[in-house]
Amino acid sequence: MCLGIPGEVIEFLPDQPDLARVDVSGVRRVINVGLLSDDPPKPGEWVLIHVGFALSKIDEDEAAAALEFLEGIGQAYEEELMALQESMIE
Amino acid sequence: MRFVDEFRNADQAHALSAKIAGLCEPGRHYKFMEVCGGHTHTIYKHGLEDYLPESVELVHGPGCPVCVIPMGRVDDAMHLAANPAVIMTSFGDMMRVPGSNGSFFDAKAQGTDIRMVYSPLDSLKIARQNPDKRVVFMAIGFETTAPSTAMTVLRAAAEGLENFSIFCNHVTIVPAIKAILDSPDLRLDGFIGPGHVSTVIGCRPYEFIARDYGKPVVVAGFEPLDILQSIYMLMLQLSEGRSAVENQYTRVVPWDGNLVALKAIGETMELRPYFEWRGLGFISHSALRMRADYARFDAELLFDVPGVRVADPKACQCGEVLKGVLKPWECKVFGTACTPETPIGTCMVSPEGACAAYYNFGRLSRKRVKEVSNS
Repeated sequence: MCLGIPGEVIEFLPDQPDLARVDVSGVRRVINVGLLSDDPPKPGEWVLIHVGFALSKIDEDEAAAALEFLEGIGQAYEEELMALQESMIE
Repeated sequence: MRFVDEFRNADQAHALSAKIAGLCEPGRHYKFMEVCGGHTHTIYKHGLEDYLPESVELVHGPGCPVCVIPMGRVDDAMHLAANPAVIMTSFGDMMRVPGSNGSFFDAKAQGTDIRMVYSPLDSLKIARQNPDKRVVFMAIGFETTAPSTAMTVLRAAAEGLENFSIFCNHVTIVPAIKAILDSPDLRLDGFIGPGHVSTVIGCRPYEFIARDYGKPVVVAGFEPLDILQSIYMLMLQLSEGRSAVENQYTRVVPWDGNLVALKAIGETMELRPYFEWRGLGFISHSALRMRADYARFDAELLFDVPGVRVADPKACQCGEVLKGVLKPWECKVFGTACTPETPIGTCMVSPEGACAAYYNFGRLSRKRVKEVSNS
């Protein structure tokens, strides 16, 4: 729950500017980017996702490091990723 | 993956380790608290204590949201879930936390409609799909997850959804740190500040720690080198006789936090006069509840919630572990009666709990080996 998962923004959903499709370790899911409305991410940029919400923008290097870290912690990340895969907020 | 290698680089770790050792005053013992459970996880996973001089000790703080939920609140949630009109929804981390009569998982196995969700927005969707049911979201977490709950409530309000509510257990980190600073049990030299919480609240809320208590705070990232670097920054402040709030995790944490997130929390939630924390007891202004304007989303007002205070199991010493007074392995039931498979206390449930982290990774660390050989 507290893990921040890096995702790459692919596109925004038409008519729903708060929702964006992101790529997380090859899995595409819709997340809410409303908390970044002061400085919205663009497609191709990376965000740190907490429980379905992008909480901060990060650069690609930080995303790679965060992902490597998460993969290293094993089970907790796998569970979080599985939960994210099942999440269908749109 | 050069950048990642850079983070993991053992040479850099040893260099930092030497710099930290170089700042140790002979005869002085240093105690730093890492507030965040994510940091605890990194420290044990990578055996970071082995990179530190004997005189530098890390103690684990209360920053594991699952761990600090008192048993009475779990029982309240179970009571809500038992209502046949209710679909209870919860993060996975919360599912195994034992109440007086078992966990969410146990109740689910007996047919209670409790569903695991990844996001409060998933709960919202369940509410839309089940208009004849009342969907309750078991909201837990520090300021990292509170904005998500707040945004979800705002969305529910915008949609005019009437069968969705929050059982709000959000807590705030600063009053817990203050309670630890005011506690006579523990003398600390500084704090490794939480990374993700600070993404939301920024670094300013910690300034009182430096100003009023004279303790340095360094907000840290989650990589092993981030933590070593932060300990070095703490040691440097101490050696220069300074106490300030510094941000090691500038890659992610803005000094002022996320203003949109803070506004969403402020719009929908307010501080409770007091809230019980497992192990720490009642702490003033340390948790959030729904504001009156959003009372129609407050499960505590919509339903009858027993609100009975329940003492922790006698054998369990999570309270002492959460305060940093006991190390996980010093608890009487650690690793014997209490394991991640059959947890007695919350610290063994969450992967961020100090006991679970230690049980999974830390058992062969230097300090543990020494403890055992001395006992």
